[in-house]
Amino acid sequence: MRVVLGEDLTLLKDGLIRLLTAYGMEVVEAAESGPELLEALVRHRPDVAVVDVRLPPTFTDEGLRAAIEARRRVPGLPVLVLSQHVEQLYARELMARGTGGLGYLLKERVSDVTGFVEAVRAVAAGGTAIDPEVVSQLLARHARDETLARLTPREREVLALMAEGRTNAGIAARLVVTEKAVSKHINNIFLKLGLYQAEDDNRRVLAVLKYLNA
Amino acid sequence: MDAHDVGRMARRTAITCARGLSRAVLAPLEGIPLFVLSLAALVTLPVLAGLWLVPKVLLGVRAVADRQRARAMEWSDVVIEPPGRPRPLKATNGPIGRIRCCAWLLGDPATWRDLLWMLVGAPAGAVLAAPAFAVVIGIGALFGAESPHGAGTELLYLALLPAGIIGGPWLLKGHAVFSGFLLAPTRKELEARLTRVTESRSETVDASAAELRRIERDLHDGAQARIVSFSLSVGLAEQMVRDDPDRALELLAEARASSGQALAELRTLVRGIHPPVLAERGLGGAIEALALTVPIPVDVHLDLPARLPEPVESAVYFAVAEALANVVKHSGADRASVQAEYADGRLVAMVSDNGAGGAGPLSGGGLCGIERRMTAFDGTMAVTSPPGGPTMVTMELPCELSLAKI
Repeated sequence: MRVVLGEDLTLLKDGLIRLLTAYGMEVVEAAESGPELLEALVRHRPDVAVVDVRLPPTFTDEGLRAAIEARRRVPGLPVLVLSQHVEQLYARELMARGTGGLGYLLKERVSDVTGFVEAVRAVAAGGTAIDPEVVSQLLARHARDETLARLTPREREVLALMAEGRTNAGIAARLVVTEKAVSKHINNIFLKLGLYQAEDDNRRVLAVLKYLNA
Repeated sequence: MDAHDVGRMARRTAITCARGLSRAVLAPLEGIPLFVLSLAALVTLPVLAGLWLVPKVLLGVRAVADRQRARAMEWSDVVIEPPGRPRPLKATNGPIGRIRCCAWLLGDPATWRDLLWMLVGAPAGAVLAAPAFAVVIGIGALFGAESPHGAGTELLYLALLPAGIIGGPWLLKGHAVFSGFLLAPTRKELEARLTRVTESRSETVDASAAELRRIERDLHDGAQARIVSFSLSVGLAEQMVRDDPDRALELLAEARASSGQALAELRTLVRGIHPPVLAERGLGGAIEALALTVPIPVDVHLDLPARLPEPVESAVYFAVAEALANVVKHSGADRASVQAEYADGRLVAMVSDNGAGGAGPLSGGGLCGIERRMTAFDGTMAVTSPPGGPTMVTMELPCELSLAKI
């Protein structure tokens, strides 16, 4: 799997290269600034890009802008965005062009090595990986939503994990229940929220995120 | 003195004469009608039409006075301080805004002194025509024009030329200084302004010292403690990795958990000091991001042409955050809106909701904090919150645009 990296901090860059290489991925270029990154993304069209939000030259949101622009030029380009902090505003901007092949995670998630590598692979395969922090902010925003209040605590847990982009198997493993139990919860959630139940995992995430982002 | 110097002197004299003449003609032309109009507007105040007329006319008076202040600086390097009373919020339009504007204008001694200047400025301006006449007569005498007052006075007329050339700029300067007597704030006003600034400065210093203490405590009890526990777990794991690999693994997992908690605490802390999104997107983006985290729908309307100075962005961001937190906590509103616009060197931000109203700046409350943040920048805060709502918190402060782009 070919990866383009956008990270300017040497420590983190080296760490990420080592980590990804150890899991059999090939880092074809590690760009250190916004313009460089955009150019590399468009030129290499990698299987996945791992991008830090804050990059030179302005040290503002160069990385995010480069990622969004690259996805505009190369539709469906899988991008995993990392940041020291998460903002719903940024999540929204990233998702504006579809949630397929999109990740938005706190940087510290790399400490859960296998979880992080799974997220990279899921994004490369066209899936979604949204940080639990973003999801919990989204849910907090719906604190007064009467429809959500009708969900049981368990169904809320499942909803949160779904919004993070996890598969049925992933949710089942996380909650230590059977996959069958998970799909039953999911059925109930979609019924209660009045959403159309899609078979495809990805479209399901989309439906949930769209609901929460409204 | 060569031809070059002569040319420069001639040009300077021409400019001085033109300025003097223009003042002599225009001062009565703008001053007298404005004075009369002002009196007329004030008479209409009891029949309410004045509420509309008075601000219009008196702001016109102030604009003319402001021009004279600027001219004193430009023509004669005489500094005339502008009047210092904080202007009421432009954003509050409607009858309440008009009443407030009238109250401000009528209550500000500067208005009355400006008005007096409209009257006094007319004869004072007429004097400024003198250099032009002196120079014209002097030149006439130089080229042998006959004196109407008979022989012997030619020399006197000739002397008018250097008098006009040398005295002209001094006369303009004298005029500027004289206008300063009426147009500059009185000593009492300056002292009041100084007291205001001193008070808000010491409040700001106190507040930022308290803020630093809080940050120190948070770091000490939070992230630092977590990192200590992190290195402790790693150290123990190192000891055990050979004899008891399972226990070592457990310790490493604990270490990872501590590092995660330390990072989460640092993130919260950083958000409270200077939110990263503010650094990345400026005030506009940060307000949009903030609006997305509030559990009720917030309409955001922003008109900010460029980045503002960082301290201003930070103060206004936290003030808006505080106001929105109040909306969520106390108002019971199901909708809120944030507006911010920058025009004429002033930033106006407004947070309103459709809640229960009845909000007021309790001491030590959130609104007080907002007021303190605003006074530190010579800004103002106003709350209108009749019982039953709606509530509107308006903040306004003067600032320059920063050169950085959005």
